[in-house]
Amino acid sequence: MNPSTLDAGDRRAETVPAPTPSVSTGESRGCRDLPVLKERGQREVFCGLTGIIWLHRKMQDAFFLIVGSRTCAHLMQSAAGVMIFAEPRFGTAIIDERDLAGMADVHQELDKVVTRLLDRRPDIRTLFLVGSCPSEVIKLDLSRAAERLNGIHAPDCRVLAYSGSGIETTFTQGEDTCLQALVPKMPEAPDSPGTAVATPGAPVAPASLLVVGTMADVVEDQMRRIFDALGIGPVHFFPPRRSAELPPVGPGTRLLLAQPWINETIHALEKRGAERLHAPFPLGVEGTLAWFRAAAEAWGVDEARLMEATASGRERGARSLERHREVLAGKRIFFFPDSQLELPLARFLHRELGMVPVEVGMPYLHRAHMEQEMELLDGDFLDEGFVLSEGQDVDLQLDRCRAVRPDLTVCGLGLANPLEAMGLTTKWAIELVFTPIQGFDQAGDLAELFARPLRRHAALRSMPAMPVMPAMPAVPAMPAVPAMPPKEG
Amino acid sequence: MQLTIWTYEGPPHVGAMRVATGMKDVHYVLHAPQGDTYADLLFTMIERRDHRPPVTYTTFQAQDLGGDTAGMVKQSVRDAYERFRPQALLVGASCTAELIQDDPGGLAETLNLPVPVVPLELPSYQRKENWGASETFYQLLRAMALPHAPPPGTERLPVVERWQTEGRRPSCNLLGPTALGFRHRDDVIEVTRLLDAIGVDVSVVAPMTSSPADLARLGDADVNVVLYPEVGGQAATWLERTFRQPVVRTVPIGVGATRDFVREMAEVTGLDVDEALRIVETRLPSRMPWWSRSVDSTYLTDKRVFIFGDATHAVAAARVASEELGFQVVGLGCYNREFAREVRTAAKALGIEPLITDDYLEVEDAIREAAPELVLGTQMERHIAKRLGLFCTVISAPVHVQDFPARYSPQMGPEGANVIFDSWVHPLMMGLEEHLLGMFQDDFEFANDRGPSHLHAEAPAAPVLSMATEPEGANAGEGALRAAAVPAAAGAGPHASNQAPDPAGAQAAAASSAEAPGVGTAASAGAPSWTADAEQELKKIPFFVRGKVRRNTESFAAERGIPTITVDTMYDAKAHFGNR
Ligand code: SF4
Ligand code: SF4
Repeated sequence: MNPSTLDAGDRRAETVPAPTPSVSTGESRGCRDLPVLKERGQREVFCGLTGIIWLHRKMQDAFFLIVGSRTCAHLMQSAAGVMIFAEPRFGTAIIDERDLAGMADVHQELDKVVTRLLDRRPDIRTLFLVGSCPSEVIKLDLSRAAERLNGIHAPDCRVLAYSGSGIETTFTQGEDTCLQALVPKMPEAPDSPGTAVATPGAPVAPASLLVVGTMADVVEDQMRRIFDALGIGPVHFFPPRRSAELPPVGPGTRLLLAQPWINETIHALEKRGAERLHAPFPLGVEGTLAWFRAAAEAWGVDEARLMEATASGRERGARSLERHREVLAGKRIFFFPDSQLELPLARFLHRELGMVPVEVGMPYLHRAHMEQEMELLDGDFLDEGFVLSEGQDVDLQLDRCRAVRPDLTVCGLGLANPLEAMGLTTKWAIELVFTPIQGFDQAGDLAELFARPLRRHAALRSMPAMPVMPAMPAVPAMPAVPAMPPKEG
Repeated sequence: MQLTIWTYEGPPHVGAMRVATGMKDVHYVLHAPQGDTYADLLFTMIERRDHRPPVTYTTFQAQDLGGDTAGMVKQSVRDAYERFRPQALLVGASCTAELIQDDPGGLAETLNLPVPVVPLELPSYQRKENWGASETFYQLLRAMALPHAPPPGTERLPVVERWQTEGRRPSCNLLGPTALGFRHRDDVIEVTRLLDAIGVDVSVVAPMTSSPADLARLGDADVNVVLYPEVGGQAATWLERTFRQPVVRTVPIGVGATRDFVREMAEVTGLDVDEALRIVETRLPSRMPWWSRSVDSTYLTDKRVFIFGDATHAVAAARVASEELGFQVVGLGCYNREFAREVRTAAKALGIEPLITDDYLEVEDAIREAAPELVLGTQMERHIAKRLGLFCTVISAPVHVQDFPARYSPQMGPEGANVIFDSWVHPLMMGLEEHLLGMFQDDFEFANDRGPSHLHAEAPAAPVLSMATEPEGANAGEGALRAAAVPAAAGAGPHASNQAPDPAGAQAAAASSAEAPGVGTAASAGAPSWTADAEQELKKIPFFVRGKVRRNTESFAAERGIPTITVDTMYDAKAHFGNR
């Protein structure tokens, strides 16, 4: 399917050619030259609140208090599942009609809730007040509330505010807004000259590396070992495991993005003098190597040493991909927009496993941070009708998906079973955010996530497709019973 | 403003979705931001539906707020109608859209669509899911059925005459089942089967399985049956008033209630009551009465059970527990205030204090305090029970994916009683095993605080009854989860890690804090303390009754002003309470 034909019947889609890249990448038609299908219809993506699901596990001394509605609370328990063994470190202060009618002072009410919460959880070191659509619409100033509460509870507990509202953020952007709120609290890097004394424009030698975006602890530890072997350091990860121990930042700080949804945070860190290293995301062997290479170049580590330090990882990673390539090569894959990981994943699956992306949908396209990814996702090898889409109109996108019948569809939980019922094989996108997938040693696991549904589909091929939900439940056959004789009198 | 960790009910528009998703040929346009589309997964994942719920969301964003959000509503309604061609449209707002006051229902009406458009006003900051479902069903029913209502004052033939003169069997509608309801799918089959046996036909099941056109003919049936008062009660009352249809309100959960239901139905339709009861007993006998009378069930006598859920299921469970299984009900409550009266009455009859709250933390405190041997509750109580090391069976919504079993598994009618016997008794310790544990508690295999042997994988390890609010116990469990990977701890969507108590986590929890002497007692101010000997003696008691003994002994000591509990105090308390 050609993107331009989509335009015809669709009043809301506009096809915008991507701006010509300033750096030429050779003669092949790269992904960057592709037109982007921009859609502004119904989106089927979580709001930024959902980022709390991993953030509250990552920062073990932080609590996330959503100031919102019953819907927000219900979203959190439905998306997170009610299966978490321990009490979660998040909750919702539910705004009710008394607050709205002005019968109760919302700020006083919030103070009460926070006091009750901190009494119950004295172990909390950072409390995030998380804004929602209702709190935004009624213009409840949570930054002001955070300042006031901070005055009461600091230094035992720091109080900060950010927005995870669905009118401003999609799914993973909630992490971006959260980290952004932490940036001003990060200490000035001791080894940096400080912004005030730095000569404007003068290059500052790299003094420390900051890896930005939540990854599993085990992945961070692996990466730290490689950075050590490269002699790169000190290395800090952001967010840190303990919110009370924020990493330093300054003009000597170099930034490596671990996750594609960290955008505004990078901007804020750049304002504090840090400098972003240009790299694709550390997914797959190739992506991970390029990611380390960006750091190696900044630290003046030569290619030989890079290859040596990553040799075993690359070798294991390549080996772990082997058996999945058989299953995945040549299979056509379709991404519904979800986490922002879609483009890097398509690049990995295409280049390292031979999959053929037919549509890559993203909630939004941050060109600057996706530049390397778009360069790698080489157009020559793409399907004729390849579509790169931004935003969503879920009904139209489902039409396209049905029309191209991909071998594998990556989508949210609301769409997966309905697509399976149509005979399409799916992969839940959310699992990609909750699973360690970065780095050499997770490359195989990442490929496995895509191979498994296909293997499963093949394993179950002898089973008949089921009429899953009959509209009217069938009543087990009972012998016909004559009516009772009517009662006397 | 209320602090909530988990909620029993979603917002009212989720109730509306349960109605629309259960029905055919209805479409719901919801003015809402993108995050609210999460609600789709309740149906596609938890209930494993093979279709998307029939809902279109406007998904407006901040940048639209200054602009034409009203235009977005109209566009969405028009598109949804064009694409789905429903028989009727529901149009409403979620919590956020309610604040921007676009009046989506009114806007939709201006479009002059060729099908009924039902505006839904569901106040999100005031009401909750069940109310929303009930109101949606009622509004849609009114819109569809009112044109068919007889003029006010029209006499309706008595039920018996209606079906006899028309030469057919009496007929009824089943009201209340929705998508995502606890066992609604199977209850409908079971009740239909039961009614068929006594000679009553089911005309329409609504809202689940019906279309708007079916709602229009609800008035044709002789009688309405309210299976789930939370959703169907209001509609039945309106039908009674408007169409003069009598209503059967007994909810047939348990053996006794099923008999009462059959009796009420026979009376209302003019069937021979004794004959109807005899038919049910001979043709659809439940095994539960004999299973419960069987001597091996003696050990069930006075098992302490804590019941919490929606009012209808909680009240029904209390009756089954006390009258049909011989349990002792030590706690009874519901989260839906609208039906609190029924729960209060039932609790009074049992001589206990009702617990009416939607605060999960309050329920947790009450369960800890009551130290039951079995919890009958919702998904939330399953969660609480897991933390406290108690057994739990789910009897009411909200439920999770494992409570939508593949097998036929109703709660209502004769088969429902069988299912209840199995699922409530299954987690409990078998009689003889219990004695053996009591006698030979020092056996090294018992010493590990084992659960019932037939349940090895599912058994929670030791009770964490004495655990204070949060500390180490829970963290140990978390640690086990975290070992995998940080973000992975959250589980990947509703399917992941749904197993009943996680043995590893629970063991860890138990090891770190469960039996720390006096943790529980220290928490409540002024409680008597335990001597080391007494603590030692307490440990000899099998874990599944240890919480009860601790609690009984403490209250015995407190009543008598005994500051320190010795081994003698324990035995004095035992003499006082007997085996309760
Ligand atoms: S677009 Fe440029 S300035 Fe903005 S965050 Fe990205 S790299 Fe930084
Ligand atoms: S979209 Fe807005 S109202 Fe809905 S759950 Fe997210 S923050 Fe709450």
